[in-house]
Amino acid sequence: MRLSKSWVIATKDFKVFLKQKKILYSITVAPIIVSILIPTVISFAGQNKGGHGLAATELTVLLPAFAFFYLILAGYIPTTIASYSIVGEKVEKSLERLLATPTTDSEILLGKGISAFLPSMGAIFGGSVIFMVLMDLVTQPKLGYYYFPNWNTGLVFFLLVPLTVVMSVGWNVIVSSRVTDVRVAQQIGILLILPLAGIYVGGELNLIQLGDTNTLLIIAGILFAVDLLLLYAARATFRREEILTKWK
Amino acid sequence: MDGDASRDSELPFMPAIEAVGLTKKFGALTAVDSVTFDVEEGEVFGFLGPNGAGKTTTIRMLCCLISKTGGQAKIAGYDVGEEQDALKIRKLIGLMPDNVGLYEALSAYDNLDFFGKLYDRTEGQRKENIQRLLAMLGLWEKKDVTVSTFSKGMKQKLGIACALIHDPQILFMDEPTANLDPESAKTVRDFILELKREKRTIFLNTHNLDEAQRICDKIAILNTKLMATGTPDELERSVSGKKTVVQLVQVTDAILAALRKLPLSNMTIDGNKLTFDVKDPDKENVAITEAIYKAGGQVRSVNIVGSTLEDAYLKLVRSDKT
Ligand SMILES: Nc1ncnc2c1ncn2[C@@H]1O[C@H](COP(=O)(O)OP(=O)(O)OP(=O)(O)O)[C@@H](O)[C@H]1O
Ligand SMILES: [Mg+2]
Repeated sequence: MRLSKSWVIATKDFKVFLKQKKILYSITVAPIIVSILIPTVISFAGQNKGGHGLAATELTVLLPAFAFFYLILAGYIPTTIASYSIVGEKVEKSLERLLATPTTDSEILLGKGISAFLPSMGAIFGGSVIFMVLMDLVTQPKLGYYYFPNWNTGLVFFLLVPLTVVMSVGWNVIVSSRVTDVRVAQQIGILLILPLAGIYVGGELNLIQLGDTNTLLIIAGILFAVDLLLLYAARATFRREEILTKWK
Repeated sequence: MDGDASRDSELPFMPAIEAVGLTKKFGALTAVDSVTFDVEEGEVFGFLGPNGAGKTTTIRMLCCLISKTGGQAKIAGYDVGEEQDALKIRKLIGLMPDNVGLYEALSAYDNLDFFGKLYDRTEGQRKENIQRLLAMLGLWEKKDVTVSTFSKGMKQKLGIACALIHDPQILFMDEPTANLDPESAKTVRDFILELKREKRTIFLNTHNLDEAQRICDKIAILNTKLMATGTPDELERSVSGKKTVVQLVQVTDAILAALRKLPLSNMTIDGNKLTFDVKDPDKENVAITEAIYKAGGQVRSVNIVGSTLEDAYLKLVRSDKT
């Protein structure tokens, strides 16, 4: 496997994304909104009817779970990108030409993976910085210290988020191979965020201890196993013969 | 490297493309049935056949895009179907698929540059080739224009250029002039003739007989099975018999009745023009004109025409169905 080939394919995809406003928006809008909205809501929560805002004890349950909101984004953002980059090639019928070059199936698949992975990570990291800075400003007066960054959040962003993005990429390669419409691909692709939303809600309701390092490591382990499975399935789907004769 | 050296010494005797009993089945359906042919270096080989004949399937097998289910094929001596030869074959060949398959959001230059990179061409080589190809096709002015704004003919030309970015000696083209207006089709055809002058080996899928006759050195007629192979002339001659075309001043029922009594086959009437299949024009034409005179008709002209490639094609393709 030659990484240079995959990189050529990924950079071509980046160029295509930059030309398509829809993709640019869908990558950037959600993380920015989420990152600004949550701190804003927190700063106003509990302020009405003469309240004094959320108590510090409440915050320490809410804050670690918020980081999990980015797991939902990590499931969502690659959906848009991968569906465009794979279903898009299908619609433009450019895969045959690509397959005719001296490039292996794995190299093409990896290229597609990189082109979905990097922008997703960039958008999430960018958003998370905005989120942590704003959140610190909002909560510092209550907590008496800056909650972010901390080791567990680091674990979420540097371990759980990449694992989730990989999971989403793998899932979307499989979905994209079965459909011919970008929008349908996205609608099915997005189902993946349901379990992630479940984790987030569980955290907010204090059913899952998302502030606990062991819990995070268990989730990471589960994600890793799912990743392996999905990547294996994606690789099995992405074979030139299948692509040309069975993909619809 | 050893392999390459022996390959060189064999070169004069080695066809560029060689297929022996090449077969592809999709489940129960046989798309290509035991096809055997070879294409010499520098030859333009026309692969003719009706829709669903298996032309695209054959190209895909030869380009190592799909597996064969039987037989053998070699490209420049490399085995089609051998895992380790597939990349070498794909390096050597260029493919213009039946769908032009360009990146519509990118410029003409970026499309070419992308494929140049995938074929490991250096930046200098890519620049030079892109400029040469776009200039040749009259698209240099448009190099930075987004492909989605191109006309169909321009896209088609750019598509061929993308298949040529690495200067392949063997080029596969799947119906490069299909769905083009006559003028665009002509520019594409002229371009193929230009490539022929450069002594490239070209494998051309088409169902345009006229195009095949004008461009190709050799033609194969496919209808799942290979029906015939030969030069355009050979194929024309392979269809025995000639046609007589009689132009009358006025066709009447009396004339037609008289002609129907003669042992003629395949009479067709087009206005005042009658066409017959004849075996021996010297004898039969005399009988025809006599019958017309006796029925009170007047003959303007009598012409004997040889069979055309179209006749040969239709005969071969139809013979399969019966
Ligand atoms: N992926 C596939 N699965 C099943 N059958 C297929 C597949 N691809 C092609 N076929 C069948 O194989 C036969 C040959 O198809 P092919 O596309 O090679 O024909 P063609 O000569 O290129 O036709 P056209 O002139 O329409 O392009 C057809 O009967 C077609 O239905
Ligand atoms: Mg075809």
